Amino acid sequence: MANVTTQSPEQYNYDIVRLFTIMTVVWGVLGMLVGVYIASELAWPFLNFDNPAITFGRLRPVHTTLVIFGFGGSALFATSYYVVQRTCQTRLWGEGLAKFTFLGWNGAVGLAAVSYMMGYTQAREYAEMVWPIDLLIAVTWVAYLVIYVMTLRKRSQPHIYVANWFFIAFILATAILHIFNNMAVPVSLFSLESYSLHAGVQDAMTQWWYGHNAVGFFLTAAFLGMMYYFVPKQAGRPVYSYRLSIIHFWALIFLYMWVGAHHLHWTALPDWTSTLAATFSILLLLPSWGGMINGIMTLSGAWDRLRNDPVIRFLIVSLSFYGMSTFEGPLMSLKSVNALSHYTDWTIGHVHSGALGWVAMISMGSLYHLVPRLWETKMYSDRLINIHFWLATIGIVLYISAMWVAGIGQGLMLRAFDEYGNLAYTFIETVSFLHAPYVVRTIGGVFFVTGMILMAYNVYMTIRKGKAEAAVLEAKLAAKLANA
Amino acid sequence: MFEWFKWFTSMENTKPFALVLFFVTFIGIVLYVYSNKQRGDRFESYKNIPFNDDEGEQSTHPEEVNK
Repeated sequence: MANVTTQSPEQYNYDIVRLFTIMTVVWGVLGMLVGVYIASELAWPFLNFDNPAITFGRLRPVHTTLVIFGFGGSALFATSYYVVQRTCQTRLWGEGLAKFTFLGWNGAVGLAAVSYMMGYTQAREYAEMVWPIDLLIAVTWVAYLVIYVMTLRKRSQPHIYVANWFFIAFILATAILHIFNNMAVPVSLFSLESYSLHAGVQDAMTQWWYGHNAVGFFLTAAFLGMMYYFVPKQAGRPVYSYRLSIIHFWALIFLYMWVGAHHLHWTALPDWTSTLAATFSILLLLPSWGGMINGIMTLSGAWDRLRNDPVIRFLIVSLSFYGMSTFEGPLMSLKSVNALSHYTDWTIGHVHSGALGWVAMISMGSLYHLVPRLWETKMYSDRLINIHFWLATIGIVLYISAMWVAGIGQGLMLRAFDEYGNLAYTFIETVSFLHAPYVVRTIGGVFFVTGMILMAYNVYMTIRKGKAEAAVLEAKLAAKLANA
Repeated sequence: MFEWFKWFTSMENTKPFALVLFFVTFIGIVLYVYSNKQRGDRFESYKNIPFNDDEGEQSTHPEEVNK
């Protein structure tokens, strides 16, 4: 049986959680603004202004790095440090080391963004950082693992709650992925350039083994850890089935590592490898939907909460998007569907239904739960949370619908032949076709980033309110002590 | 002495071996989790862990806030 103990908030290290929470919001606003700018560049290319530092090619990795590693990564650091303390009922191990992870991680994200704009990249998708930044990340990550394991070791609770299983799997897998994908030989000790240790198709295979497992372990497993804590907490009822969460965990862990090669269908990769990846991708549907059902059913018997609690709405809608994108993913991994979808904007739409719908919304919901507890007050405005929810939802729907139209249309045009067997469309015709969906996508992005800016304002005002309330309380206490 | 070890060096052997190993392990986990009622009840009791240190914590749910 689980132990029941009560500890005061002072016994937990909330300082580090607060720091990462603030950076989540900061990187979120910056990363999403860059995203909207590059989406605008695709719709209106004059926005490149012939300035290499702000062209799509350089700003795109800035966007992905700031949102995935800056926003998503900081949200994971914040929530994992909070969850491990609350579910193990013990203080975070290694105060100084935890601060080091804060500096190391945010330093790496900031340096990466600047280096991309200067034109330094190792040209590996989602791992563009040059080798010195890779080393900084590796050291930071090892520190993160040590902190997490040591905190688990000194827990007061005999059982390790399932959210921590997901977090620890994410930390371990990310370490392995990061190290093997970034193995490179620097051109010289003082050069930022390097050569990959892998060559040819093996290099591509390693890149996508990393790329898809970054999705699987960084953007899925870790955020599921977040889900298994914050959905029950906000709903005020335990997760629907703990046993299902165990099966969900192991099935996900067994299956995810095999699917990366579905990014390389119809390439020089051996056919059996890509068939194997597609097969495991289809199998992944089962644990993904099992987990989604487990999360959504947590609300069973309290569905009315969806009407009056905007935070629950964020969390449950994020699970719906998780279900939708984990259905779309296996579908797109089928070779015949992939022949249409690959190299088109359908892929971009799919990524964003997962990234905005699942990752961003579960993070936002969790942060709205977390912020008032960290600063010991109520959120400044529930109305703003509600407006944020609708802006985000409408933004995502506009974004992914536009990308379905763009991607499927583009794919069909690229494959069309006339009666003589010639290509029916010139390449530039496919580009002109994309203009309208690109404009709609930009509008969707504007909706989403506006919501994020509202969140930043709401969080800022909540922190101010919390500090003001704390000051009043301290003044009252001081007055009481002086009178005593 | 280590001749048998060479069997593992062939990908044709290790691939199906890994498949069988992982599949059997996973089925084992499913059976372990669902086969025994007492064990199942114990697992289900763990779902309350996030609520164990709730005492004194303020709710932010609008309905509870308005109470």
